[in-house]
Amino acid sequence: MTMVRRINGFIVVATVTMMAGMQSALAGYMDTLNMTRGVTPVSERVYDLHMLILWICIIIGIVVFGAMFYSMVKHRKSRGAVPATFHESTRMEIIWTIVPFLILVGMAVPATKTLIFMTDTTEPDMTVKITGHQWKWEYEYLDGAAEGVRFISSLSADSRKAVYADPESVDNYLLDVDNEVVLPVGKKIHFVLTASDVIHAWWVPELGQKQDAIPGFINELWTEIRKPGVYRGQCAELCGRDHGFMPIVVRAVAEEEFTAWAADKKGIGKETEVTDKIWTIDDLYARGEEVYNTACIGCHQLNGMGLPPTFPAINGSVIATGPVAGHMDIILNGRPGTAMVAYKDQLDDVDIAAVITYQRNAWDNKVGDHVLPADVKAMR
Amino acid sequence: MSEAVAHDIHDDHGHGPEKGLMRWVYTTNHKDIGTLYLLFSLAMFIFGGAMAMIIRAELFQPGMQLVDPHFFNQMTTMHALIMVFGAVMPAFVGLANWLIPMMIGAPDMALPRMNNWSFWILPFAFALMSATLFMEGGAPAAGWTMYAPLVLQTGDAFPFLIFAIHLLGISSVMGAINIIATIMNMRAPGMTLMKMPLFVWTWFITAYLLIAVMPVFAGAVTMLLTDKFFGTAFFSAAGGGDPVLYQHIFWFFGHPEVYIMILPAFGIISAIIPTFARKPLFGYSSMVYATASIAFLSFVVWAHHMFTVGMPLAGELFFMYATMMIAVPTGVKIFNWVSTMWKGAMTFETPMLFALAFVVLFTIGGFSGLMLAITPVDFQYHDTYFVVAHFHYVLVTGAVYSIIAAAYYWMPKWTGHMYNETAGKIHFWWSTISVNVLFFPQHFLGLAGMPRRIPDYSVQFADWNMVSSIGGFAFGLAQIYFCWIVYKTIKGGEKATDQVWEGATGLEFENLPSPVPYHSFTTAPQIR
Ligand code: HEC
Ligand code: HEM
Ligand SMILES: [Cu+2]
Ligand SMILES: [Cu+2]
Repeated sequence: MTMVRRINGFIVVATVTMMAGMQSALAGYMDTLNMTRGVTPVSERVYDLHMLILWICIIIGIVVFGAMFYSMVKHRKSRGAVPATFHESTRMEIIWTIVPFLILVGMAVPATKTLIFMTDTTEPDMTVKITGHQWKWEYEYLDGAAEGVRFISSLSADSRKAVYADPESVDNYLLDVDNEVVLPVGKKIHFVLTASDVIHAWWVPELGQKQDAIPGFINELWTEIRKPGVYRGQCAELCGRDHGFMPIVVRAVAEEEFTAWAADKKGIGKETEVTDKIWTIDDLYARGEEVYNTACIGCHQLNGMGLPPTFPAINGSVIATGPVAGHMDIILNGRPGTAMVAYKDQLDDVDIAAVITYQRNAWDNKVGDHVLPADVKAMR
Repeated sequence: MSEAVAHDIHDDHGHGPEKGLMRWVYTTNHKDIGTLYLLFSLAMFIFGGAMAMIIRAELFQPGMQLVDPHFFNQMTTMHALIMVFGAVMPAFVGLANWLIPMMIGAPDMALPRMNNWSFWILPFAFALMSATLFMEGGAPAAGWTMYAPLVLQTGDAFPFLIFAIHLLGISSVMGAINIIATIMNMRAPGMTLMKMPLFVWTWFITAYLLIAVMPVFAGAVTMLLTDKFFGTAFFSAAGGGDPVLYQHIFWFFGHPEVYIMILPAFGIISAIIPTFARKPLFGYSSMVYATASIAFLSFVVWAHHMFTVGMPLAGELFFMYATMMIAVPTGVKIFNWVSTMWKGAMTFETPMLFALAFVVLFTIGGFSGLMLAITPVDFQYHDTYFVVAHFHYVLVTGAVYSIIAAAYYWMPKWTGHMYNETAGKIHFWWSTISVNVLFFPQHFLGLAGMPRRIPDYSVQFADWNMVSSIGGFAFGLAQIYFCWIVYKTIKGGEKATDQVWEGATGLEFENLPSPVPYHSFTTAPQIR
């Protein structure tokens, strides 16, 4: 008797310690196991709905699997079970049609409410246009303090280098960009989404929603970030080779900080850079390499060999070793109908001059000439 | 019973199969064709599985170690196309070929020559598709859903992909016509529709789904083809077309397609559980009605795959409600299976183990499916690893498990040999543990924010990806073991009795010997 009691006691103590241990271990791990509750009214509602249906499923699972396992233990032949012969019951069939139906109605009601709330994009405080490109995001502030600010945001150079080296060595591997989208907290922000080439999807889990960015279409999304902070996400629709490498970083800041950022962003005149600086071929080459490795590498590859037949090689290319005008033209204006988009509005004069210089002199393309920012300006 | 057996053998005028390789090329015998389909499907399962191993190896740790991102995309695309069209669908057609004539007391399929043709198209279709791996620009890499405009960036592989799909569609439609013709015309006297085994019923309904949606799919890919080569702009916004239209057409095919891959599985499970519970199937007629309702509903839920494309609110709500409704008939099926087990006298041979695992694990896939149906939360789940976990629970531990269960259950009837029960049990436990290590953590990854179809990920996802990959390798190895078990069973093994299983019912077990003669039911059995 005492033996049994002692064993029982041991089991109780062991279970309690184990549960406590598991709980503390789990607490730190929880954010790698479940959905984030996020920082917006939408994400909070979505999270609560997620937990509601998750628990409903778990409870149904316990009941159904419980009955099943009970039966597997009790009604086995090795225990001498003799099979019954019943094989239908209209009453049972009706019960297990009606009851699940009612449970579903119970889920549909809050789901409908949440959905209506999420799709209400009326009366925004500001609007930001998001355009998906292979494989970077473009942001344009359509109104408010930052009206007219427009930039491209692509994977940070650190992360890109670490892909083939050591991912652990960089912060926010694959979730870091060169230009963050800065947004004010506590404002209803309206996003309009589109794309220039293929379909992409803009998704930041903490904001609670994703939406596709589709060429020729405008989709809408709204958010109201409650807490300042940096929120990271990724493209969520397969968009080609570097789909896994086009992250999104949102920095939510207080209103004053946002205004300051906007003023700063608008004030940066790249003009001065063009006129004031005397560019040597080496400067341009170095800068061009950087530009190439963020903007062009996805298609034309590090070694300049491209991915034929879709993406042609630059190394040995007729255009990149031919007359400068043709080379400049394809980069400024793109090639309609192909993945080669116009870089006129995406890169400034210096960057375009630099990348052309780089392409003309890198690898086996030892053309030896170079293009000045002023030349590019003249071609526009 | 033994009288009937003797009678059937007597009727078989010693007219056996041809000798040599040509037997398989020319055959019009439903058993031969069934075998061809099943072996082909097993080969494709291993081929598609090898690609899955490449994917899981690249995802073993963060950073790109083994393959190029573009090749990674080719692997996910080819893996899925091969698994869906090469492994799962042909396996079910193979089972239909073997079983439907025997289950309804028919001597063969209604259209035997077409039957030969529908099989022999397949190897060519897959040769075309696999050849793309060696072409300029590589294999298709836009995902098995082939969304426009991305798929239009495919290189030389593009026309090969489209024609392979056309061939697969022709093969499937011919198979479906054959199955419907057989069931409509070749039932033994007294085999009324409501006496047919559920496997026959589920295939009957599946065949209609196939005929309804394969042409739609063929249409969609043909529009892609003309967009790429003949200057049309169905799916190009710049030319006045609509990229979302492609998705509507694709999923109008694609959603019924997933039911094509699961309804025959329901039929298999409805055959196996009663046998090993030694108790008739609970709620036969409600099972038939539930299958039919699922099939009908499957036509009006397609846009649940497209909640994020920006549909109007009314559309989102309609597709949410319709999708949730499917849970009702699916629930009915689960409850009926549990009630069949209830108060039975169960034993747990390998087919039963796989069938029970099907019920539990398919239901888990059903739960995540229900969660995905709730539009507002799907905005978070969509295109993440949560979806990958969901569809692998329904496809691997659903469709594939039912096929494995069927193989263990009917192989003794087909070959006359029992498989090695210990080996079967090892295969079961090995697979079931590893498949959960493989796919369960993917729920966590998806919820924590990992998108699907990415070759590399942020370090916060590293742990569960490694666990998942280990599960993947173990599961892959277990299926090699399964091939070996199948091989041994074909070659030899303990002699199977005519009834094979103590509780087995149905014409194939009660009226035919094991192994089944090359020609069976040349005179129709009488059904009481
Ligand atoms: C999204 C993929 C993509 C990106 C990114 C890209 N290109 Fe291209 N590029 C193409 C394609 C496709 C072509 C071929 C267009 C055609 O069919 O004429 C091309 C052609 C070119 C050519 C002409 C090559 C030849 O011999 O035909 C040059 C030069 C070029 N790109 C420069 C650049 C530069 C500079 C960048 C970065 C600023 C860049 N590209 C980024 C896809 C891309
Ligand atoms: C051997 C076991 C299997 C393993 C280890 C496995 C693994 C994977 C992996 C890692 C992906 C890629 C997910 C992504 O990057 O988005 C994937 C995709 C997929 N798998 Fe499997 N899989 C297996 C079996 C199957 C089976 C049997 C089927 C179908 C019947 C199947 C159907 C699919 C589909 C449809 C996709 C989606 C592909 C796409 O994104 O276009 N898988 N699988
Ligand atoms: Cu993408
Ligand atoms: Cu679906």
